[in-house]
Amino acid sequence: MTAALSLRNLSKTFGGAKALDGVAFEVAPGEVHGLLGHNGSGKSTLVKVLAGVHDPDPGAHLTLNGRDVPMPMPAGEFRALGLSFVHQNLGLVPSLSVLENLRVADITAMNRVHINWGAERAAAAEALQRFGIAIDPAARIADLSLGDRALVAIVRAFEELRHSGTAGIIVLDEPTPFLPRASVDRLFALIRDVVARGASVIFISHDIDEILEITHRATVLRDGRVAGTVDTSRATREQIIDLIVGHALVKTGRNASTGAPAAAAVVRALRDHRLTGADFTIGKGEVLGITGLIGSGFERVAGLLFGADRATGGTIEIDGVALPLAEMTPRAAVSHKIALLPADRNYASGVGSLPAADNMLLPDLARFFRRGRLDRGGLVRHAAQLAHKYEVRPPDPTLKLSAFSGGNAQKVLLAKWLNIAPRLLLLDEPTQGVDVGSREQVYAAIRKATAHGTAVLCASSDHEQLADLCDRVLIFARGRIVAELGGAELTKDHIAAACYGGSVEAA
Amino acid sequence: MTLKTVERFALIAAWAAVIVGFGIALPGVFLTWTNFSVMFASQAPAALLALALIVPLTAGDYDLSAGATVTLASMIIGVLNVNLGWPILPAVLVALAGGALVGAVNAFFIVLFRIPSLVVTLSTASLITGLVQWMSNSSTIGGIAPGLVDAVSGGQLFGIAYAFYYVLLIGIVLWYVLEYTPLGRRLLFVGRGREVARLVGIGVGTVRAGCLITSGAIAALSGVIYAGLLGAADPVSGLNFLLPAFAAAFLGATSIVPGRFNPWGAIISVYFLSSGITGLAMLGIPMWVTNIFNGAALLLAVTLSQLVRGREETDYA
Repeated sequence: MTAALSLRNLSKTFGGAKALDGVAFEVAPGEVHGLLGHNGSGKSTLVKVLAGVHDPDPGAHLTLNGRDVPMPMPAGEFRALGLSFVHQNLGLVPSLSVLENLRVADITAMNRVHINWGAERAAAAEALQRFGIAIDPAARIADLSLGDRALVAIVRAFEELRHSGTAGIIVLDEPTPFLPRASVDRLFALIRDVVARGASVIFISHDIDEILEITHRATVLRDGRVAGTVDTSRATREQIIDLIVGHALVKTGRNASTGAPAAAAVVRALRDHRLTGADFTIGKGEVLGITGLIGSGFERVAGLLFGADRATGGTIEIDGVALPLAEMTPRAAVSHKIALLPADRNYASGVGSLPAADNMLLPDLARFFRRGRLDRGGLVRHAAQLAHKYEVRPPDPTLKLSAFSGGNAQKVLLAKWLNIAPRLLLLDEPTQGVDVGSREQVYAAIRKATAHGTAVLCASSDHEQLADLCDRVLIFARGRIVAELGGAELTKDHIAAACYGGSVEAA
Repeated sequence: MTLKTVERFALIAAWAAVIVGFGIALPGVFLTWTNFSVMFASQAPAALLALALIVPLTAGDYDLSAGATVTLASMIIGVLNVNLGWPILPAVLVALAGGALVGAVNAFFIVLFRIPSLVVTLSTASLITGLVQWMSNSSTIGGIAPGLVDAVSGGQLFGIAYAFYYVLLIGIVLWYVLEYTPLGRRLLFVGRGREVARLVGIGVGTVRAGCLITSGAIAALSGVIYAGLLGAADPVSGLNFLLPAFAAAFLGATSIVPGRFNPWGAIISVYFLSSGITGLAMLGIPMWVTNIFNGAALLLAVTLSQLVRGREETDYA
């Protein structure tokens, strides 16, 4: 049987550095093929070569459904060749309807003067119905849940391929990290339905459990090379982690529990449009996790405590002073040594087009203003020390932030706040899009800070991360704290069960 | 020589090429000290305007009203000094304050009501132009006090009229603030990542307002210098400086400090563009070519600066 996709000898060099080095793999018709690897392992570059965004080095061979495809792939041609992409941001227009989003390629491509909306509506309804998806084609994308949006994006990708005359290959680039489990199940059902119709799916994810669940085979990239392709019906989690990391993973030790630590921050009656009054205390040197299902309100807490979003009520007592949260501003927060690492790295956390050194020392610039001028040499030297301390790779702070992989960019931005020795560090999904190996380094950096007395609040929907990192975890539901887990209860499964309202005591 | 070094000095090389080219095409006419001395002084208002623009541009805002502010400042001096008989110094101070006020009005709508700067400053540009026409009856006011004329073009230093040294002074101040103070870095972050800046506690609104007010004040200084060069207040021609000033600001961002708006790049660009226009004019090319030249220069400058930044942007993950 001819492979749906066969890739041989794919290399890509960026200014002397090999992002991809002789990559080869095959995807069979009707197969779900997993693609895993660190940030910086070459996954993103591979996807961009397939999409025609990057030109590969000479010598690469790609065949799709037995046809040789000239490399570099002509930009915009991938769809005609039977390839379709669903990126993490889904590429939907939120202000337009499901119908318009589903049919946009057809409507704009066909060069018609008149759009027959009746026929379009029927085509959209039929496409959704074919996959048993109960979404109103007239609904606005913005009004749908994230899970439903992902389904629409995948249906669209499948529909777009019907004109290519091939069964098609859909590349799903990390579609799941924001989805609650129930939505992931529906997404997986749709993927199974899609491959049952003869199409193939390349499924990219950091989540090994998901890879084991949905894929037939998985290819692991490491440092731009194929570390191995495994049959996921037989592979174990540990085997895959070994392939990703290339060495056995060492978990950071949990701080020895020494009873209740002195309080660093006390939050009382925190309210906003979603939270109905949350009270909790974070101890000095403690890592307090908060989690819950999407919409439970936990994801609001970090931004409210920092003043990034406005609370409607509540106070935070830090260092003996009670500050009203309805009047909190980022500037006031920073002056009380509260720091926030937002989830959205590209938009809210760092500026990709500026050097890592400038990003790192933005909150601490005044210190480098000596004798009437900014000591730029000293600034870069101090940034280099920070890069070394927090194991940033490459350790060159004069590079632009966008030149670093996701994990290393996050270490740069963590270093930016740890440098001012915060009393309270607020983390919002701190390892989103960060690979397994870098995660350990991010955790190590957080541990270094707590050893110096920094209190850490970690808002995360990654239960494994909470279990690895936190001393205690608070579970939110419907705007309130409903459970607190600590000690032996701090496992991924306990946390998940608590989020879904499972009985923790009985578990 | 690395690509970076080439890029840093490409603009100066291009300017040199233009000078040599016209020097050969116009022997004994173009390459004279008088020609350049006049150009350095007469383009001082345009250069100041380009410097005014790079301040809000660095912080991510456009100031399209800066050209109109030039005419407003000239006209305030004309009306106060000539029509109302004020001494020249208070007239100049009121003109500068007027420029700052324009910036404050821009900031009020841009920052407080979150209206895009392009729309706000396009509106205020028209408002100010109308105001100037009303103040002046759309005619030039001549006879400005010799005190100002003396301070601007009454003497020379190293063979160039004083006007040019106001450009250097503002250039040095901006260079220092943008490159050597924490404020300059904050400005850059406000321009490149507004949310990032807000979330480290930078008063983004204050910084943007400050930039717009500074831009208004420097544009007003440009108008003061212009009035001093002419000895008169011209209600129209300040507007013609806006486009070449934008072209110079963007062209300057491709060089000296590639990828960032910077004062030396902007100043060199102003003189680069005016060398081209002066040369073309000496070759007897008609006036309308100036507009084509300036428009093409802006388009080319923006494209180049996009290429400089775009190429440096690499993939995040």
